[in-house]
Amino acid sequence: MKITRTKAFKIFFTPIWESNPISGQILGICSALAVTVQLKTAIVMSLALTFVLACSNLLISLMRKLIPRNIRIIVELTVIATLVIFADQVLKAFLYDVSKQLSIFVGLIITNCIILGRAETYALGNPPFHSLLDGIGNGLGYSQILITVGVLREFFGAGKLFGFQVIPDAFYAAGYEDMGFMVLAPGAFIAIGLIVWLQKTVSKE
Amino acid sequence: MENLISIFLNSVFVGNILLAYFLGMCSFLAISRKMETAIGLGLAVTFVLSITTPVNWLVYHYLLSPGALAWAGFPRVDLSFLKFIIFIAVIAAIVQALEMIIDRYLPPLYIALGVFLPLIAVNCAILGASLFMVERNYNFIESVVFGASSGFGWMLAIVTMAGIRKKLRYANVPKGLENFGISMIITGLMAMAFMLFSGITL
Repeated sequence: MKITRTKAFKIFFTPIWESNPISGQILGICSALAVTVQLKTAIVMSLALTFVLACSNLLISLMRKLIPRNIRIIVELTVIATLVIFADQVLKAFLYDVSKQLSIFVGLIITNCIILGRAETYALGNPPFHSLLDGIGNGLGYSQILITVGVLREFFGAGKLFGFQVIPDAFYAAGYEDMGFMVLAPGAFIAIGLIVWLQKTVSKE
Repeated sequence: MENLISIFLNSVFVGNILLAYFLGMCSFLAISRKMETAIGLGLAVTFVLSITTPVNWLVYHYLLSPGALAWAGFPRVDLSFLKFIIFIAVIAAIVQALEMIIDRYLPPLYIALGVFLPLIAVNCAILGASLFMVERNYNFIESVVFGASSGFGWMLAIVTMAGIRKKLRYANVPKGLENFGISMIITGLMAMAFMLFSGITL
Protein backbone atom coordinates (compact mmCIF):
# COMPACT_ATOMS: atom_id res chain seq x y z
CA MET A 1 0.00 0.00 0.00
CA LYS A 2 1.32 3.38 -0.93
CA ILE A 3 1.82 5.81 1.91
CA THR A 4 -0.54 8.33 0.34
CA ARG A 5 -3.44 5.86 0.62
CA THR A 6 -3.18 5.12 4.35
CA LYS A 7 -5.75 6.46 6.77
CA ALA A 8 -3.17 8.25 8.87
CA PHE A 9 -1.89 10.12 5.80
CA LYS A 10 -5.39 11.21 4.92
CA ILE A 11 -6.16 12.41 8.45
CA PHE A 12 -2.98 14.43 8.41
CA PHE A 13 -3.23 16.05 4.97
CA THR A 14 -6.95 16.75 4.35
CA PRO A 15 -7.15 19.57 6.90
CA ILE A 16 -4.10 21.27 5.43
CA TRP A 17 -5.79 22.02 2.14
CA GLU A 18 -9.24 20.56 1.39
CA SER A 19 -11.04 21.01 4.71
CA ASN A 20 -8.76 23.75 5.98
CA PRO A 21 -9.97 24.93 9.41
CA ILE A 22 -10.11 28.58 8.38
CA SER A 23 -11.27 28.58 4.79
CA GLY A 24 -13.16 25.28 4.77
CA GLN A 25 -14.63 24.92 8.24
CA ILE A 26 -14.73 28.68 9.04
CA LEU A 27 -13.25 28.25 12.51
CA GLY A 28 -10.77 30.33 14.45
CA ILE A 29 -10.90 33.47 12.39
CA CYS A 30 -10.44 36.02 15.17
CA SER A 31 -6.80 35.32 15.81
CA ALA A 32 -6.03 34.73 12.13
CA LEU A 33 -6.86 38.35 11.46
CA ALA A 34 -5.34 39.97 14.48
CA VAL A 35 -1.82 38.58 14.58
CA THR A 36 -0.94 38.75 10.89
CA VAL A 37 0.39 42.31 10.69
CA GLN A 38 3.90 40.85 10.77
CA LEU A 39 5.25 37.52 9.65
CA LYS A 40 7.05 36.93 12.95
CA THR A 41 3.97 37.16 15.14
CA ALA A 42 2.02 35.05 12.64
CA ILE A 43 4.59 32.25 12.88
CA VAL A 44 4.82 32.34 16.68
CA MET A 45 1.04 32.28 16.94
CA SER A 46 0.86 29.34 14.50
CA LEU A 47 3.38 27.38 16.56
CA ALA A 48 1.52 28.10 19.79
CA LEU A 49 -1.80 27.05 18.32
CA THR A 50 -0.45 23.89 16.68
CA PHE A 51 1.13 22.89 19.99
CA VAL A 52 -2.07 23.46 21.98
CA LEU A 53 -4.23 21.77 19.37
CA ALA A 54 -2.04 18.68 19.07
CA CYS A 55 -1.70 18.24 22.84
CA SER A 56 -5.37 18.89 23.59
CA ASN A 57 -6.46 16.43 20.92
CA LEU A 58 -4.09 13.82 22.28
CA LEU A 59 -5.06 14.33 25.94
CA ILE A 60 -8.79 14.47 25.30
CA SER A 61 -8.59 11.39 23.13
CA LEU A 62 -6.73 9.54 25.90
CA MET A 63 -9.43 10.52 28.39
CA ARG A 64 -12.37 10.07 26.03
CA LYS A 65 -13.72 7.02 27.85
CA LEU A 66 -13.41 8.66 31.29
CA ILE A 67 -15.12 11.97 30.52
CA PRO A 68 -18.82 11.99 31.49
CA ARG A 69 -20.96 13.22 28.61
CA ASN A 70 -22.72 16.02 30.55
CA ILE A 71 -19.67 17.88 31.73
CA ARG A 72 -17.44 17.28 28.72
CA ILE A 73 -17.27 20.95 27.69
CA ILE A 74 -15.92 21.97 31.10
CA VAL A 75 -13.35 19.16 31.06
CA GLU A 76 -12.27 20.12 27.55
CA LEU A 77 -11.97 23.80 28.49
CA THR A 78 -9.89 22.93 31.53
CA VAL A 79 -7.46 20.86 29.48
CA ILE A 80 -7.20 23.59 26.83
CA ALA A 81 -6.82 26.40 29.36
CA THR A 82 -4.02 24.55 31.14
CA LEU A 83 -2.14 24.07 27.87
CA VAL A 84 -2.67 27.71 26.92
CA ILE A 85 -1.31 28.91 30.26
CA PHE A 86 1.73 26.73 29.64
CA ALA A 87 2.24 28.14 26.13
CA ASP A 88 1.78 31.69 27.40
CA GLN A 89 4.33 31.27 30.20
CA VAL A 90 6.88 29.77 27.78
CA LEU A 91 6.40 32.67 25.35
CA LYS A 92 6.75 35.21 28.17
CA ALA A 93 9.96 33.57 29.33
CA PHE A 94 11.73 33.12 25.99
CA LEU A 95 10.12 35.51 23.48
CA TYR A 96 9.03 38.44 25.62
CA ASP A 97 8.78 41.02 22.79
CA VAL A 98 6.63 38.80 20.61
CA SER A 99 4.39 37.87 23.52
CA LYS A 100 3.86 41.59 24.22
CA GLN A 101 2.85 42.10 20.57
CA LEU A 102 0.48 39.14 20.60
CA SER A 103 -1.01 40.66 23.78
CA ILE A 104 -4.32 39.00 24.57
CA PHE A 105 -4.43 36.75 21.54
CA VAL A 106 -2.43 33.94 23.10
CA GLY A 107 -5.00 33.83 25.88
CA LEU A 108 -7.77 33.80 23.33
CA ILE A 109 -6.54 30.45 21.99
CA ILE A 110 -8.81 29.08 24.76
CA THR A 111 -11.92 30.28 22.99
CA ASN A 112 -10.52 29.59 19.52
CA CYS A 113 -13.24 27.51 17.93
CA ILE A 114 -10.75 25.26 16.09
CA ILE A 115 -9.56 23.65 19.31
CA LEU A 116 -12.94 23.05 20.90
CA GLY A 117 -14.36 22.08 17.51
CA ARG A 118 -11.71 19.42 16.85
CA ALA A 119 -11.98 18.11 20.41
CA GLU A 120 -15.74 17.77 20.07
CA THR A 121 -15.95 16.37 16.58
CA TYR A 122 -12.78 14.30 16.39
CA ALA A 123 -10.86 13.60 19.58
CA LEU A 124 -13.88 12.44 21.57
CA GLY A 125 -14.52 9.58 19.17
CA ASN A 126 -11.15 8.49 17.83
CA PRO A 127 -7.99 6.78 19.12
CA PRO A 128 -5.06 8.89 20.42
CA PHE A 129 -2.64 8.46 17.51
CA HIS A 130 -5.15 9.54 14.87
CA SER A 131 -6.30 12.42 17.07
CA LEU A 132 -2.73 13.62 17.43
CA LEU A 133 -2.28 13.55 13.65
CA ASP A 134 -5.60 15.33 13.18
CA GLY A 135 -4.48 18.00 15.66
CA ILE A 136 -1.16 18.58 13.94
CA GLY A 137 -2.79 18.56 10.51
CA ASN A 138 -5.37 21.14 11.49
CA GLY A 139 -2.70 23.21 13.21
CA LEU A 140 -0.64 23.23 10.01
CA GLY A 141 -3.70 24.09 7.92
CA TYR A 142 -4.29 27.08 10.18
CA SER A 143 -0.60 28.03 10.03
CA GLN A 144 -0.63 27.86 6.25
CA ILE A 145 -3.32 30.55 5.98
CA LEU A 146 -1.83 32.63 8.79
CA ILE A 147 1.60 32.68 7.18
CA THR A 148 0.20 33.52 3.73
CA VAL A 149 -1.77 36.44 5.15
CA GLY A 150 1.26 37.48 7.24
CA VAL A 151 3.52 37.54 4.19
CA LEU A 152 0.98 39.51 2.13
CA ARG A 153 0.34 42.09 4.83
CA GLU A 154 3.95 42.66 5.85
CA PHE A 155 5.21 42.72 2.25
CA PHE A 156 2.63 45.14 0.88
CA GLY A 157 2.03 47.05 4.09
CA ALA A 158 5.60 47.74 5.16
CA GLY A 159 7.81 46.44 2.33
CA LYS A 160 9.46 44.07 4.79
CA LEU A 161 9.62 40.37 5.66
CA PHE A 162 10.65 39.30 9.18
CA GLY A 163 11.39 42.97 9.81
CA PHE A 164 14.03 43.15 7.03
CA GLN A 165 13.40 45.49 4.15
CA VAL A 166 12.70 43.51 0.98
CA ILE A 167 11.61 46.18 -1.45
CA PRO A 168 14.78 48.06 -2.54
CA ASP A 169 15.22 51.76 -1.83
CA ALA A 170 15.35 52.48 -5.57
CA PHE A 171 11.65 51.60 -5.78
CA TYR A 172 10.78 54.14 -3.10
CA ALA A 173 12.95 56.71 -4.86
CA ALA A 174 11.00 56.02 -8.06
CA GLY A 175 7.75 56.86 -6.30
CA TYR A 176 6.59 53.47 -4.90
CA GLU A 177 4.67 53.73 -1.66
CA ASP A 178 3.68 51.17 0.96
CA MET A 179 -0.01 50.36 1.19
CA GLY A 180 -0.65 51.56 4.73
CA PHE A 181 -4.11 50.06 4.32
CA MET A 182 -2.77 46.49 4.58
CA VAL A 183 -1.46 47.09 8.10
CA LEU A 184 -4.85 48.25 9.35
CA ALA A 185 -7.82 46.07 10.30
CA PRO A 186 -9.79 46.30 7.02
CA GLY A 187 -6.76 45.04 5.07
CA ALA A 188 -6.85 41.80 7.07
CA PHE A 189 -10.51 41.13 6.34
CA ILE A 190 -10.11 41.77 2.63
CA ALA A 191 -6.86 39.77 2.35
CA ILE A 192 -8.54 36.70 3.93
CA GLY A 193 -11.58 37.10 1.67
CA LEU A 194 -9.38 37.12 -1.42
CA ILE A 195 -7.27 34.15 -0.27
CA VAL A 196 -10.40 32.09 0.32
CA TRP A 197 -11.65 33.02 -3.15
CA LEU A 198 -8.36 31.91 -4.69
CA GLN A 199 -8.28 28.67 -2.71
CA LYS A 200 -11.85 27.74 -3.60
CA THR A 201 -11.30 28.47 -7.28
CA VAL A 202 -8.04 26.50 -7.43
CA SER A 203 -9.25 23.45 -5.51
CA LYS A 204 -12.36 23.09 -7.67
CA GLU A 205 -10.36 22.41 -10.83
CA MET B 1 -17.03 61.74 33.31
CA GLU B 2 -15.26 62.89 30.16
CA ASN B 3 -13.01 59.88 30.48
CA LEU B 4 -16.03 57.55 30.57
CA ILE B 5 -17.59 59.15 27.48
CA SER B 6 -14.33 58.74 25.64
CA ILE B 7 -14.12 55.05 26.63
CA PHE B 8 -17.68 54.62 25.38
CA LEU B 9 -17.09 56.29 22.02
CA ASN B 10 -13.79 54.53 21.58
CA SER B 11 -15.11 51.04 22.21
CA VAL B 12 -18.25 51.52 20.11
CA PHE B 13 -16.64 53.12 17.07
CA VAL B 14 -12.86 53.47 16.73
CA GLY B 15 -11.79 50.43 18.73
CA ASN B 16 -14.87 48.34 17.96
CA ILE B 17 -14.24 44.94 19.48
CA LEU B 18 -15.27 43.16 16.30
CA LEU B 19 -14.10 45.45 13.53
CA ALA B 20 -10.80 46.60 15.02
CA TYR B 21 -9.84 43.68 17.26
CA PHE B 22 -11.55 40.86 15.35
CA LEU B 23 -13.15 39.31 18.43
CA GLY B 24 -16.31 37.24 18.13
CA MET B 25 -15.91 36.63 14.41
CA CYS B 26 -17.19 33.05 14.48
CA SER B 27 -20.65 33.83 15.82
CA PHE B 28 -20.67 37.05 13.80
CA LEU B 29 -20.36 35.08 10.56
CA ALA B 30 -22.67 32.27 11.60
CA ILE B 31 -25.57 34.24 13.10
CA SER B 32 -25.76 37.30 10.84
CA ARG B 33 -28.02 35.67 8.23
CA LYS B 34 -31.29 36.80 9.80
CA MET B 35 -32.13 40.16 11.33
CA GLU B 36 -34.11 38.84 14.34
CA THR B 37 -31.43 36.39 15.46
CA ALA B 38 -28.75 39.03 14.96
CA ILE B 39 -30.59 41.44 17.26
CA GLY B 40 -31.19 38.67 19.82
CA LEU B 41 -27.57 37.60 19.92
CA GLY B 42 -26.40 41.23 19.98
CA LEU B 43 -28.57 41.94 23.03
CA ALA B 44 -27.39 38.76 24.75
CA VAL B 45 -23.73 39.64 24.17
CA THR B 46 -24.23 43.19 25.48
CA PHE B 47 -26.02 41.86 28.54
CA VAL B 48 -23.39 39.22 29.36
CA LEU B 49 -20.46 41.57 28.68
CA SER B 50 -21.80 44.27 31.00
CA ILE B 51 -21.93 41.69 33.81
CA THR B 52 -18.84 39.55 33.23
CA THR B 53 -16.33 42.38 32.69
CA PRO B 54 -16.92 44.05 36.12
CA VAL B 55 -17.14 40.65 37.87
CA ASN B 56 -13.84 39.62 36.36
CA TRP B 57 -12.42 42.99 37.43
CA LEU B 58 -13.33 42.18 41.03
CA VAL B 59 -11.93 38.66 40.74
CA TYR B 60 -8.69 39.90 39.23
CA HIS B 61 -8.11 42.75 41.66
CA TYR B 62 -9.05 40.90 44.84
CA LEU B 63 -7.70 37.42 44.07
CA LEU B 64 -5.25 37.24 41.19
CA SER B 65 -3.18 40.37 40.60
CA PRO B 66 0.27 40.66 42.22
CA GLY B 67 -0.19 41.47 45.90
CA ALA B 68 -3.97 41.12 45.71
CA LEU B 69 -4.06 38.48 48.40
CA ALA B 70 -2.59 40.87 50.98
CA TRP B 71 -5.96 40.92 52.81
CA ALA B 72 -5.60 37.16 53.39
CA GLY B 73 -2.05 37.46 54.67
CA PHE B 74 -0.17 36.56 51.48
CA PRO B 75 1.20 39.90 50.24
CA ARG B 76 3.79 38.37 47.91
CA VAL B 77 1.63 35.90 46.03
CA ASP B 78 1.13 36.58 42.31
CA LEU B 79 -1.55 34.44 40.73
CA SER B 80 -2.02 36.49 37.56
CA PHE B 81 -0.90 33.58 35.39
CA LEU B 82 -4.13 31.83 36.36
CA LYS B 83 -6.25 34.55 34.83
CA PHE B 84 -7.14 32.67 31.64
CA ILE B 85 -8.59 29.65 33.36
CA ILE B 86 -10.33 31.63 36.11
CA PHE B 87 -11.86 34.13 33.70
CA ILE B 88 -13.27 31.43 31.44
CA ALA B 89 -14.68 29.59 34.46
CA VAL B 90 -16.29 32.80 35.78
CA ILE B 91 -17.80 33.50 32.36
CA ALA B 92 -19.17 29.99 31.96
CA ALA B 93 -20.63 30.06 35.47
CA ILE B 94 -22.25 33.48 35.00
CA VAL B 95 -23.75 32.49 31.66
CA GLN B 96 -25.18 29.32 33.18
CA ALA B 97 -26.57 31.18 36.20
CA LEU B 98 -28.06 33.92 34.03
CA GLU B 99 -29.79 31.35 31.89
CA MET B 100 -31.44 29.81 34.95
CA ILE B 101 -32.38 33.16 36.53
CA ILE B 102 -33.88 34.52 33.32
CA ASP B 103 -35.77 31.30 32.74
CA ARG B 104 -37.28 31.49 36.24
CA TYR B 105 -38.11 35.19 36.55
CA LEU B 106 -38.27 36.73 33.07
CA PRO B 107 -39.82 34.21 30.66
CA PRO B 108 -40.31 36.70 27.77
CA LEU B 109 -36.62 37.62 27.87
CA TYR B 110 -35.74 33.93 28.02
CA ILE B 111 -37.69 33.28 24.85
CA ALA B 112 -35.77 36.07 23.12
CA LEU B 113 -32.26 35.35 24.43
CA GLY B 114 -32.38 31.78 25.75
CA VAL B 115 -31.08 30.01 22.68
CA PHE B 116 -28.07 32.28 22.43
CA LEU B 117 -26.83 32.20 26.01
CA PRO B 118 -24.99 28.83 25.86
CA LEU B 119 -23.27 29.94 22.64
CA ILE B 120 -21.89 32.99 24.36
CA ALA B 121 -19.66 31.19 26.84
CA VAL B 122 -17.20 30.41 24.06
CA ASN B 123 -17.56 33.71 22.22
CA CYS B 124 -14.07 35.20 22.23
CA ALA B 125 -15.42 38.76 22.54
CA ILE B 126 -16.44 37.99 26.14
CA LEU B 127 -13.08 36.62 27.26
CA GLY B 128 -11.30 39.22 25.12
CA ALA B 129 -13.04 42.12 26.86
CA SER B 130 -11.98 40.78 30.26
CA LEU B 131 -8.38 40.40 29.12
CA PHE B 132 -8.33 43.90 27.58
CA MET B 133 -9.72 45.25 30.85
CA VAL B 134 -6.67 43.81 32.66
CA GLU B 135 -4.21 44.93 30.01
CA ARG B 136 -5.47 48.52 29.91
CA ASN B 137 -5.63 48.92 33.72
CA TYR B 138 -9.20 50.16 33.88
CA ASN B 139 -10.70 50.93 37.28
CA PHE B 140 -14.03 49.44 38.34
CA ILE B 141 -16.34 52.10 36.88
CA GLU B 142 -14.35 52.19 33.66
CA SER B 143 -14.63 48.41 33.35
CA VAL B 144 -18.44 48.62 33.66
CA VAL B 145 -18.59 51.23 30.89
CA PHE B 146 -16.06 49.35 28.78
CA GLY B 147 -17.99 46.05 29.02
CA ALA B 148 -21.36 47.58 28.18
CA SER B 149 -20.10 49.72 25.32
CA SER B 150 -18.04 46.91 23.75
CA GLY B 151 -21.19 44.79 23.74
CA PHE B 152 -23.11 47.64 22.16
CA GLY B 153 -20.45 48.06 19.49
CA TRP B 154 -20.53 44.33 18.73
CA MET B 155 -24.31 44.47 18.43
CA LEU B 156 -24.13 47.47 16.11
CA ALA B 157 -21.74 45.57 13.84
CA ILE B 158 -23.75 42.33 13.69
CA VAL B 159 -27.07 44.12 13.09
CA THR B 160 -25.55 46.19 10.27
CA MET B 161 -24.09 43.03 8.77
CA ALA B 162 -27.47 41.27 8.91
CA GLY B 163 -29.00 44.21 7.04
CA ILE B 164 -26.33 44.11 4.35
CA ARG B 165 -26.64 40.34 3.96
CA LYS B 166 -30.37 40.70 3.38
CA LYS B 167 -29.67 42.91 0.39
CA LEU B 168 -26.84 40.66 -0.71
CA ARG B 169 -29.26 37.89 -1.64
CA TYR B 170 -30.14 39.85 -4.76
CA ALA B 171 -26.54 40.44 -5.74
CA ASN B 172 -24.63 38.44 -8.31
CA VAL B 173 -21.57 37.22 -6.39
CA PRO B 174 -18.76 35.30 -8.18
CA LYS B 175 -18.90 31.57 -7.51
CA GLY B 176 -15.88 31.01 -5.25
CA LEU B 177 -16.56 34.18 -3.29
CA GLU B 178 -20.02 33.20 -2.07
CA ASN B 179 -20.83 33.16 1.66
CA PHE B 180 -17.53 33.28 3.54
CA GLY B 181 -15.40 35.23 1.06
CA ILE B 182 -17.88 38.00 0.39
CA SER B 183 -18.76 38.33 4.10
CA MET B 184 -15.10 38.92 4.91
CA ILE B 185 -14.78 41.59 2.22
CA ILE B 186 -17.97 43.34 3.37
CA THR B 187 -16.72 43.26 6.95
CA GLY B 188 -13.50 44.86 5.68
CA LEU B 189 -15.46 47.67 4.07
CA MET B 190 -17.46 48.14 7.27
CA ALA B 191 -14.25 48.27 9.28
CA MET B 192 -13.03 51.02 6.95
CA ALA B 193 -16.22 53.00 7.54
CA PHE B 194 -15.85 52.66 11.31
CA MET B 195 -12.24 53.82 11.16
CA LEU B 196 -13.43 57.18 9.89
CA PHE B 197 -14.57 57.91 13.43
CA SER B 198 -10.95 57.99 14.57
CA GLY B 199 -10.90 61.68 13.65
CA ILE B 200 -13.18 62.43 16.61
CA THR B 201 -11.34 63.84 19.61
CA LEU B 202 -12.93 64.84 22.85
